[in-house]
Parts: sequence; structure tokens; C-alpha cells
Amino acid sequence: MARVAVLNYIKRPSPVHELTGTTKLIFFIAWSVVSMVTFDTRVLLGMLLIGAVIFKVSQIRIRDISVVLGLAAVFLLLNNLFIYLFTPEYGVEVYESRKLLFSIVGRYTVTAQQLFYHLNITLKVICVVPIALLFIACTDPSEFASSLARIGVSYRAGYAVSLALRYIPDVQREYRNISQAQQARGIDLSGKDKLLTRLKNSVAILLPLIMSSINRIETVSNAMELRGFGKEKKRTWYMQRKLQRNDWLALGFALAILIIGLTVTFWNGSRYYNPFL
Amino acid sequence: MKKLSVKSVVAIGIGAALFFVLGKVAIPSPVPNTNISLQYAVEAVFATLFGPIAGVLIGFIGHTLIDATSYGPWWSWIIASAFVGLVIGLATMKLNVEDGIDSKKLIHFNVAQIIAHVLAWGLVAPVLDILIYAEPIEKLFAQGLMAAVANIITTGVVGTLLLLGYAKTVVKKGSLEKED
Amino acid sequence: MGQPIISFKDYGFQYRAQASPTLYHINLDIYPGEKVLIAGASGSGKSTVGSCMNGLIPYAYPGESTGELLVGGKDPKKESIFTLSQIVGTVLQDTDGQFIGLTVGEDIAFALENDCIPQDEMKLTVEETAKLVDIDHHLEYAPHELSGGQKQRVSLAGVMVEQVQALLFDEPLANLDPAAGRVTIELIDEVQKRTGATVIIIEHRLEDVLWRSVDRIVLMDEGRIVADMPTKAFLADTMLLEHGIREPLYLTALRYAGVPITEELEPQHVDSLRLLEEHRGQVRAWYQDNEGLGRAKEQRREILSVENLSFGYTTEVQNLKNVSFSIREGEMVSIVGKNGAGKSTLAKLICGFEKPTSGRIYLDGRDLSDDTIKERAQRIGYVMQNPNQMISKPMIWDEVEMALLSGGMSAEERKERVEETLKICGLYPFRKWPVSALSFGQKKRVTIAGILVQQPNIIILDEPTAGQDYHHYTEIMEFLKSLNEQGFTIIMITHDMHLMLEYTPRAIVFCEGELLADTTAAHVLNDPALVQRASLKETSLYTLSMACSIDNPQAFTERFIAYEEAHRNRQEG
Repeated sequence: MARVAVLNYIKRPSPVHELTGTTKLIFFIAWSVVSMVTFDTRVLLGMLLIGAVIFKVSQIRIRDISVVLGLAAVFLLLNNLFIYLFTPEYGVEVYESRKLLFSIVGRYTVTAQQLFYHLNITLKVICVVPIALLFIACTDPSEFASSLARIGVSYRAGYAVSLALRYIPDVQREYRNISQAQQARGIDLSGKDKLLTRLKNSVAILLPLIMSSINRIETVSNAMELRGFGKEKKRTWYMQRKLQRNDWLALGFALAILIIGLTVTFWNGSRYYNPFL
Repeated sequence: MKKLSVKSVVAIGIGAALFFVLGKVAIPSPVPNTNISLQYAVEAVFATLFGPIAGVLIGFIGHTLIDATSYGPWWSWIIASAFVGLVIGLATMKLNVEDGIDSKKLIHFNVAQIIAHVLAWGLVAPVLDILIYAEPIEKLFAQGLMAAVANIITTGVVGTLLLLGYAKTVVKKGSLEKED
Repeated sequence: MGQPIISFKDYGFQYRAQASPTLYHINLDIYPGEKVLIAGASGSGKSTVGSCMNGLIPYAYPGESTGELLVGGKDPKKESIFTLSQIVGTVLQDTDGQFIGLTVGEDIAFALENDCIPQDEMKLTVEETAKLVDIDHHLEYAPHELSGGQKQRVSLAGVMVEQVQALLFDEPLANLDPAAGRVTIELIDEVQKRTGATVIIIEHRLEDVLWRSVDRIVLMDEGRIVADMPTKAFLADTMLLEHGIREPLYLTALRYAGVPITEELEPQHVDSLRLLEEHRGQVRAWYQDNEGLGRAKEQRREILSVENLSFGYTTEVQNLKNVSFSIREGEMVSIVGKNGAGKSTLAKLICGFEKPTSGRIYLDGRDLSDDTIKERAQRIGYVMQNPNQMISKPMIWDEVEMALLSGGMSAEERKERVEETLKICGLYPFRKWPVSALSFGQKKRVTIAGILVQQPNIIILDEPTAGQDYHHYTEIMEFLKSLNEQGFTIIMITHDMHLMLEYTPRAIVFCEGELLADTTAAHVLNDPALVQRASLKETSLYTLSMACSIDNPQAFTERFIAYEEAHRNRQEG
């Protein structure tokens, strides 16, 4: 059988790996919050730099995640393209000034403000990517559920995440098997058929998949019930680790980033850093 | 929050796994929003069968996993995916598809899914995008409109056929077949 | 013997969604330390009895019960499912469904986590229990890295951490290859000896369970207990077949030879049979009398041939290594070997689902390399193991017609073709029925019809009878045999040694991606070295023939099969 790793957890000895899942989760959330809120170029550049350092420390190599980076690049490119096509002078609005560099055709001008806006929105995505990737690559999936429970998510919801990770390879294999067997009966989704035909065809694969998933839900919930899931208000975790000194340091660091990032951003009363005024 | 039943927990887990597989592995396409997002049809069916909480979490977990393994989470759209499950789940709570299905129920389901997608992609996602990413409104609403139309068609055709198939295969089971 | 741990008194049960009761007047006491087998055909109610013991009834499956049931002295209706699950631990049939954790260690710990056991204590218990079932070296493995047998060990450990008093196994052999099934039965036995737990096994594969001693057998049919006696006495009785259960092959052979099956014979195990010299003589005489029996089919032209085929899902692992063989028109062939040996991969390559890294496949001498999946499907049909994984239309007619819709046929032609196919498959009277109204065996027919409608010459079936009781097994296999007689070439991937022996003259054996043997089915099972390498299981006929000093066990097996076939045909005719 083809083996499919769901999330690309890469086991290597590194200080980042040694942190508990809880620490990494909180760090990741704090990091995401700052990067979502801020539009301050200085903060974003600072985060990018810190992200690069953490990446280096983690022992994960660029090669390990090249596919993901490629996807991120495509996504960024398209997103920037769309923004420019729809609103070529959006930067002018945001930064309340206009410095025309040159014109392409019609309304499609190139202004310093627009370029700067594109730079910022790209930075915003880029500075999350390494941390998100690290979170995935350096966290044992087995620690997800207990980490969520430790930050206050109900263990039932947390366990649902664990179940999703557990059954993704099974569902993937089943999808593949069903779709191959149906292809032999003329069901093809990638083909040149019309959209409506393709949608109808997809039902030939999805219906067996869903029926079998519904059976699986029944079996798994019986198995869980028979082994006492949901008996108590709390539960303990086989894979949970105690917070160590480094965890507290990392959490302190996350808090510092949160405070400094937001303070710098809003120092001048706006989330934008505006070099044009 | 009301305690989730064990069955709901499992339905969320497996539903999210389906969402992930269909969204990621099944029909890869480098251009966002131009492919068939079958996962929304399945999310809609699961929300109808297992309720709004299952709907929300299937969308949230499933979409987060997709994003986390491709280019980092894009929270506004993740939340919109969760919102779709919530609205459809709430609107179909009294539908009881298990007891059989008729055209009235199918219309109900479709009205629910159209409202859910219009709100999610026409309102929730763009508004969050403006708040988080300060992207231009014109681009966001155009994108949202495209997504809404594509997802409404997918859910309308595929989701409806799946519900029909489900009702016809499952419902009669209890009364006709012996157990084993 | 003291108090029974499980006690049914005139117990009846009806599922809420069902029109009539599933269990009637069940009287059954199971005492601590006993090992009981509950046998019965599909739909006999044996699984329902299991669900009553572990509390799934009434918690997961509501319904009406009558009479009295006590589990560990408690009334299930008044206790929670959690209390019951600490008395009776259940190992479910579906090992993938029961494997909830992301790794072995987590899964074994699952029940302890729910009990809020502190982590240090939990790790110790997991370690100890894992040792008990010999899975302690795999604690960090994910489920997809384990074999079916290993997953079952994990399931067993997962219920044993709770110190349950009784272990309930629901069809433990259903998903295992023959060798793994045997190891499972040995494991259950060892665990019982070491812990003294009560063991209840629900299974219809009698001979395989009896590989290790069982104290008592309870036979169910139509929701009633029809027999409840010690193993010895049970086997001396001849009512098994009437109730859809197959008796052990060596007993059938003895019966054919005219040897009376009595308790004195010690019929529980083939190795410990107390055969008198007189009995041996009877068996030898039967063997000689049936000399002419055996199958020799004329050799037809080659239809499918595979040359030096290699394939790997990843570059590191070779799932198939340089495989060559050919199939003649009108043959019925088994492909056997343990899980992961490359059998399914081979089928996928032939159907074009995957592309070989090297080697070629020829159909009627023509290289198939450039043919698409759809083109190959016109000649080679593929039927998945579980019909529910193929059926995608609620109505039988639509399901069968599906493959024709993309071929540009007129409605008239399609109608004709579908009708013809339905007639071949004996489904014509049901043509307007919904699929949901059919039994498992009939659904299987529908999926085969959905393939036959494209008029292929060759049909490949993945585990056509997995999990089926003897009745359904026979129904499916006789149908396939009739297709074979109509000229279809049939290739089956199977774990079922009976199937291979009874229905396919030829067997191709795989082991770790290599073709290990290509010979007659009887030969495969009479070659102990081959049996061991390929994780198969020799038949009890081999052991019996040795015990009777028959020089050629292979011929003995062949004659037995031929005799049985003739016997069956006589009964039908």
C-alpha cells in the first residue's frame, strides 16, 4: 500500500522539537495574531528575521518542505496579481499619497505606494509560512489533542482533531481505491466532460465513500464508547509532556513578540507603517 | 457548550478527514477557486446529518489541515468554511433525513446551502479579509462571488444527489434487512 | 463453578428499527474462566448476543428486551456502558475501526486516559500489557505500518489494560490471512492461560477457532440457541451444515470414508484424533476407491500474460519484483499470499490503475501499455472486495447500466445489454428493485453485473467471500463457477484456503512482491515449506492423510475436493 504521511512531521533532534506541543501551539497562535493584525513593515521584517533564525535552529531543511514553499509561492503570486488587476492604485488609498513611477496601459499604473502595499501583504504571508511549517514539521501529531486540551479546548473537540489525523490515510486510500474502480466503469473527474457531468460523476465516487464513512463512524464510536471515552469530565494523556524550562522561555518570548509587535504597530495610531508621509 | 456525544466527536473527526482528502488530494488545481470543491458538498451533507456543531468543526478542522499542509493558514477563509457548516447545520436541524426524503426537504436543504454560501463567501470571508489583510474590497467581493457561485453549484448538485442516495440506501435498511 | 459471569434467562431482544425480534428465548450461562465459542451463520443473532454482553445494547442500539440478563451480576439496563465495558472487554472485528490512537502506545493507553490514570502509571501498564501480547517493540508505530495480526494484538492489549474479567472477540479471523489467523487463536489461548480471563469468541469459521481447545460451543440459528454443549459432543453431532456452518474438513473426510464421529474419537483437533487401525483402513480404502477423481481440464490458449513486471509505490520499496506468469482462457485461478505480498498491486497494474516501473502485460498477445483504464476495462473487469465500495446508484438497473453511459450507446442497445447481463447474473427478476433491499451476496452479484455489462473476458475479484458465512460463501462461489463455465476467465485474490482448494485448480503464490509458486492448489497446501513462507496454512486433510499413512497427501486432497464437488452436484441435481 502507498504510505501517505498526512502532515509532514519530521522527527529530528532539535530544541524546537523538544518544546512541548502546547508551547508550539501557543507560540504559533501568538505569532499568527501579530502577523494578522500588523501591517507595519518594521514588525513584519523583524518577524521574518526571527522566523528564519528559528527555522535554522529547528534542523528542518529547505529541501524537506520545498513542495509546500512552492505552493505558497504560487498562492502569493496569484494573490498579488489579482489585487493588482482589480485595484492597481490601492496602495495610493492606503498610504494617502501618490508617487507615480510609470504607466503600463490605461488605469494600470505603477506607483511606489502600490509596490509598497504589495511588499507588505507578501511579507504578512511570508512571515507566517515558516512558523506554520515548523509547527507542522516539528510537532508530533500525537501531541495535538493534548495540547488543545491544555489550552482549554474541550477534550472531545481536541480528540476529533486527533481522529481526523488518524483516519486521513484510511480515507485517502479508500478514495483512491473507489475512484480507480469507478474509472474502470467510465467515471472520470479530470476529463474533458462538462462541469455538470463531472459533478454528477463525482457522486459515483462520493456516495460509496460517504456510506462507508458513516459505517466507520458507527464502528469507531462503538469502539470508543466500549473503552470508556467520555466517562469523566477530564482525561489524562499518554503523550503529554511536562513544560520544561525552555518551554517557559519560549512562551515568554511569544508574549514578548505579541506585546512588542502590537505596541510598535499601533504606536502611531494606525496599523500601517507609512514612510510616504 | 453542550457536551458533544461520542458519535459527534467521531463524525467530526471522520468528516474533517473527508473534507481534507477531497479538498487536497482529490482534484488538485493550482488556481484557487477554479476547481471543484467537493468538500463543501460533503460538509453540507454531514452538517445535515450530524448537526451544526459537527458542521462548524468539520469545516474548521478540515480547512485548517488543508491550509496547514499547503501554504499556512488563511484564517478568514477557514472561518468562512466553518460558518458554512454552522448555517447549514442550524437550518436543517429539524429535517430528519433519516426518516426519508422528499422534494420539500431537498428544497429546504438547498435554500439553506445557498444562504450559507452567500453569507460565508459574500460576507464573512471578505469582511475578515479586509480586517486581517486589508485587501481591496473590489478584489475580495469578486473572489467571494466566484467562490459562492462555484460552491453553491457543487453543493446543490453533488450534495443533493448524496442526500438522495443516502436516504435511499440507509433508510430502508432497518426495516428490511436482518442484522449482522 | 460459582456464579456465572454472564447469564441470559429466557432473554429476547428486538432492535427498535426492526419488524421482528432478533433474539428469542436465550438461556445461556457463562462461568468465570470458561472459553466459549458462539457460532452461527450471518443473521443468526450471534453478534447481537455479543452486543448484549458488552453493553452496546441498549446504549448504542436501542430496542426492546424481555427476560433477564446479568453481566457480572449486574443488570445492563441499570448500569452505564462504562461499567459493563470494565467487566467485558471487546475486540471488534474491524481492527482499523478499533485502532483509535495515532500510535500503538496511545491506542493501548486509550482506556486508561479516559479513566484519568496518571501518566507514569499509565506508561507502566501499557508497557506490561504490550509485553503480554508481544507488541512492546512497536509502541511508536502508526496503524498503517502494522499488519492485520499486529493491529489485533493492539486491540487486545487495549481492552486488557482495564483488567476486564471477560474478553469478547467478535469474528477475530475475518480480516486476517491464514497464518495470522492461526497466530491469533494461539495468542487468545495463551492470554487466557496466563490471566485466567473468561473468553468468548464469536466466529463462524469453526475449524480455524478449534486450532486451540475451546470448552464449549454454542450454536445459534434464526435468533435461537440450537446447541450448547462441550466441543467434543458438539462435533460428534452432525447438525452443523443445516445451520450454515462448515464442519472441519478432516471430519467431513472421515465421514465420507464411513468413519463414525464419536466423542471417543476426540474429534476436537486433527493432530490428537484417536483413530483406530480400522478407521485408518476405512480412510485408505476410500482414497483408493476414488482414484479416478481429480480434475484435468484441457489446456486452452493463453489470454493474459505478464512479463517481468516490477512496481513500487515509492522508489525505496519494491511492491512487485520481476513477476511473470500467464493465464489461459477459461481458467479459474487463485492468487494467494499474506497481506502486503503484492496481490492487490498486481491486480491494479493489470487494470491499469497503476503504471509498472518495468515489464509488460499482454492481452491476447497485444501489449497493454498504452491502453487507458477504460479501454482495459472493456476486456478485464475488476470487482472490489466490499460491494458497498462500488455501488453508487440506489437502483439495481442504474447501477448495472452505469458503465455503458459513457460509451455512446443508444438507449435501446443499453437496455438490451443490461437485460442480458441481469439474466446471466440471476438478477433479472429484481431489475426494478432498489439495491438496499438485497442481501450481501446479491449485492456482490450486482457489482459483478456492473462489471460484466462491459463484456470483459477476464474478471479479477478481490477477496470475493471475505467475512461471509458458509451459506453466502457457497452462493457467491457457485455463481462465479457458473460464470466460469460460461467461458469467463476468473482470477481471484483470496486468503481463503478452502476457496482456493475447492474452486480453483491453479494457484499463484506471492510473498513480499515475488512470485513464489505457480502450481495446483492442492500442491500448494501440501508443501509445508511453501505454506510457511507464504503465510498460508496447510489443510487438516494433509495431517489426516499423514495419520492414515497415505503416501500421496496431495492426491488425497484432490480426491476429497472432487468427491465433495460430485456430492454437492448430486444433492442439487
